[in-house]
Amino acid sequence: MIAGLAPTREVLANGVTVLAKRTSTTPAVTLIANLRAGSVHDPAELPGVAHFISRTIDRGTERYSADELAEQLDSRGVTLTASVTRHTLSLACTCLVEDLDDVLGLVAEVVMRPSFPVVEVDRRRGEIVTLIRQDEDNPAAVAVETLMSMLYGSHPYGRRARGTRASVELIDRQMLQRFHAAHCVPQGLALAVVGDIDPARAVDAARTIFGAWKGGAAVDVTGMSVASASGRQRRVVSMMNKSQTDIAYGFATITRQDASYYAYSLMNNILGQYSLGGRLGDSIREQQGMAYYVSSSLDANLMPGPLVIRAGVSPANVTKAVASIDTELQKLVDAGPTEQELQESKQYLIGSMPRTLETNMGIATYLQTVEFFGLGLDYDIQMPDLLRAVTPEHVHNAARRAIDPANATVVVAGPFEGPLS
Amino acid sequence: MPALAPPPQSASAVHEEVLDNGLRVLVQSVHTAPLATVWCWYRVGSRDEIPGLTGVSHWVEHMNFKGTANIPRDQIKGIIEKYGGYWNGYTWIDQTTYTETATRDALDHMLFIEAERMRSCLYDPADCESERTVIISELQGGENDPEQLLDQELTATAFRAHSYRHPTIGWLSDLQTMTRDDLYAHYRRFYAPNNATLVIVGDVSRADVMRHVVKHFARLEPSDVRRRSSTIEPEQLGERRMTISKEGTTAYLKVGFHAPGVTGDDFFPLLVLDTVLTGAKGLNLWASFRTQPTQRSARLYQALVNTGLASAANGALMPTAEPFLYTISVTATDGVSLDRVEAATLAETERARAHGITPQELQKAKNQLRARFVFENDSITNIAHQLGFFETVASWTLYPTLAQRIEAVTIEEVNRVAAHRLKPTSRTVGRFEPIQ
Repeated sequence: MIAGLAPTREVLANGVTVLAKRTSTTPAVTLIANLRAGSVHDPAELPGVAHFISRTIDRGTERYSADELAEQLDSRGVTLTASVTRHTLSLACTCLVEDLDDVLGLVAEVVMRPSFPVVEVDRRRGEIVTLIRQDEDNPAAVAVETLMSMLYGSHPYGRRARGTRASVELIDRQMLQRFHAAHCVPQGLALAVVGDIDPARAVDAARTIFGAWKGGAAVDVTGMSVASASGRQRRVVSMMNKSQTDIAYGFATITRQDASYYAYSLMNNILGQYSLGGRLGDSIREQQGMAYYVSSSLDANLMPGPLVIRAGVSPANVTKAVASIDTELQKLVDAGPTEQELQESKQYLIGSMPRTLETNMGIATYLQTVEFFGLGLDYDIQMPDLLRAVTPEHVHNAARRAIDPANATVVVAGPFEGPLS
Repeated sequence: MPALAPPPQSASAVHEEVLDNGLRVLVQSVHTAPLATVWCWYRVGSRDEIPGLTGVSHWVEHMNFKGTANIPRDQIKGIIEKYGGYWNGYTWIDQTTYTETATRDALDHMLFIEAERMRSCLYDPADCESERTVIISELQGGENDPEQLLDQELTATAFRAHSYRHPTIGWLSDLQTMTRDDLYAHYRRFYAPNNATLVIVGDVSRADVMRHVVKHFARLEPSDVRRRSSTIEPEQLGERRMTISKEGTTAYLKVGFHAPGVTGDDFFPLLVLDTVLTGAKGLNLWASFRTQPTQRSARLYQALVNTGLASAANGALMPTAEPFLYTISVTATDGVSLDRVEAATLAETERARAHGITPQELQKAKNQLRARFVFENDSITNIAHQLGFFETVASWTLYPTLAQRIEAVTIEEVNRVAAHRLKPTSRTVGRFEPIQ
C-alpha cells in the first residue's frame, strides 16, 4: 500500500470545494483560489474581460480600499498574484502560518466582494494597454498568439487573453461586475490550502469565511468543436527591428479527458521535452546548433488544446529549422517511438512526481489540476500505472492522429521576410 | 508526518568539510521529501574575463554539458532523467554553477557527473563550433527584449574600468572569434576542486554523502587558478546618461546607482531602502525573482504605477562579490512621456536621499524581508542554491544570518546610505526611447 499525498477534500454546503494538505518544511502556507472564470467566458466581441478582472479584482472591495488591501498584504510580506488562463481565474499567495487567518480573510474578501472602483479600472486599463503593446513588440508572443488565432479561428482558444487595444478601451466597471457576478460563484471555487496547518482547521477556516457566500451555478464552456486544418497554413510576421526569429508550429489536438491522453503526453515528452527538448532539441540544438531554445508542449484541456512546437533561431536558419521540425515529426509519424525512448520518458514522468510535490506551491498547483480535471484524490498513486500501460503502438497511433506536417500551421515572427516553405 | 527539518537558516544544520585537494563540501540533511539536490559552484564568472574573451565563462558552461572522458556525449541524456530528475546550470558575473535535483537514489550519479564535469570534459572542436551558433542565438534572443538591451547598455555606462561592465553573454565579436583553445584553457584553469564548492542537500545522511564525495572527487588534482584582483572602479564624478533609440512600442527607464558588495557595510541598509522604494524580493536569484515583489504600498509603486505614469516599477540589489549596481527599472505607460516618468522616479530617489525613511516603513520592510527569507527556502534546491551562492560571493556562513542582519539594520543606517548612495553624481540614467 503506497501512502501517497492523501489530501483532504471537502465540499461546503454552498458548493465551495476545499483542498488541504499539511506539510512542515517551512512555517508558511500557500493558498490558491481557482474560479471557473477564465477567458473562454469573454464575450466574443469583447476579448479581455477575464484578464481585466485579474488586474482589478484585488484593487478594492466592499470593505477595503485598494490602498488598505495593499497595506494589509504588504505588511505581512504577502504578494497576491492574480492570473487568468483559458478556463480559470486564479488568486495565489504564500503567507506565514501566523498570518493565515488574516490573509485567508483578505483573499475571501477579494474573491467574493470586489468593488472595481472606477479610478482603479481606468488606471489598470493603461497598464493592460501597455502589456498589449509590449506583446506586439515581442516576437515570441506574436508567434504564439498568431498561431492560436490561425488554429482556432473564432473558437475561444483562438482569442488573446489580454484582448485587443480596442476591446480594452471599451471594457468598463459594469462589465467587470457582471462578469464577476456570473462566473465568480461558490460552485466554481476551489480553494487549496497547503502548509504547516492542520487540514481540518483549514477546512473550518474556509467554512467560516466562505460558508455564507451565495451565487448561481458555475458554468464552463465545453464541447465547442474545433475545425481541423486542411492543408499547410503559413504566416510570416516581419519584425525587422529584432535580432532573433521565433517559430511557432502546431496542431489542435485532444481534451484532457481523451482516453489517449497518456499516449499523447508521452509522445510530447519524446518529441520535444525529454532531457533538453526531446528529439527536436537533439536535432535542432544539439546536432545542428541552430537554436538556443526548442521544445514542444501539449495543452490538452476541457476542449481540444494545442500541441505547440516553439524555437528561437537566427533569421538565416528559419527555413532549415522549419524543415528539421517537419523531418522529426514525419519520423515520429512513420516509425513511432523506440522501446527505449518510451521507457525513458515513462521513468522520467513517474520519477518527477516527488519533485513536483516538494513545495507548498507545487502541491497546491497539483491539487488544483486534479480538482479541475476530476482526476481523483489518489491520482498521484494512479498516475504511474496509467503511464506504464502505454505501449509504443499507443504512442505511434497518437503521433499519427495528432501530427501531419502537410496540415501543420506554421508562424514565424521576427527579422525574416519569407517566404516560408 | 515527516519529521520537522532543522530550520534551513541555521549554521549548525550545515556540515562543512574541505578535502585535501581544496574542494569545499557543504551537506545538509532535509528529510521532508525523498529527494536530493547537488549544486557544484565555481568561483568564475564574467568578472574574470578580459577583452577579446568576453562571454568565455558562459560558453564554457555550455560546453560542460557535452560529454566527458567517461560519459560519452550521447549517454549524458538520461542519467538524471531516469530518476525523474532536473538539471541545469547558469553563469553570472561572479559564479558558474551546475545543478541536479532527483530522487535520493540518484545521488551517486549526480556526484559522478559533477566530478567528471570538473576535470574531464572533452571540448570536441566540432561541438565548440556548433555551440557558437547556439550562443549567438541566445544573445540575439536577449536583444529582442528592450529591457535586457537597456540593462546591458546601462551597466556598460556605469562601469568604466571594472570587468562587471561587460555582459555575461559576451560581446558579439568575441563570440565570433573565440577559439576552442581559448575555451579549453579557461576551463582547465578555473575548473578544479580548489576553486569549487560542492553542496548536497536532501534526504541523505552526512556520512553517506561524504563517502560518495570522497570516492568521486578526492582523486582530482587542484589547479593553479592565478586569480587576478579586479580593477577597482574609480569614483563616478557626475551623472551619466545613455539612450537607446530603436524601433519598438514601449519606453523604458533604468537608473543605476553604485552599490556595495554583499560584505560591504551598506549592503543590508541598502536592501531595506530598496524594499521601502520598490518592495521586498528576498535574496535568492534562483527563486525570489520568479514571484512578484511585495510592493503595492512601496514608494515608487505608489508614485509611478498608482498615478498611471508607469505600468511597472522594480528595484534590484544583488548580492555580489565586489561593488555592483543598485538599479531601478520602470516601464512607461503607453502614451506617457519618458521625461515625466524620469522626473517622478528621480523625485522619489531625491526625497529618500534628503529625508530618509520613517520608522513604520523600516518595520514593514523588515517584516516583508523576514517573510521572503522563509518563502525562498521552501525546497532543497533553493536551500542548496543559497549555501553555494553565498560561498561564491563571500562565505556560505553569511546565509544563515540574513534574517539577523536585516533585523539589526537601524533607521540611521538606512538614512545615511540613502544620502550617500542615491547622490545624483553617482547615478547613471538609461532610457529606451522607441521609434514608432
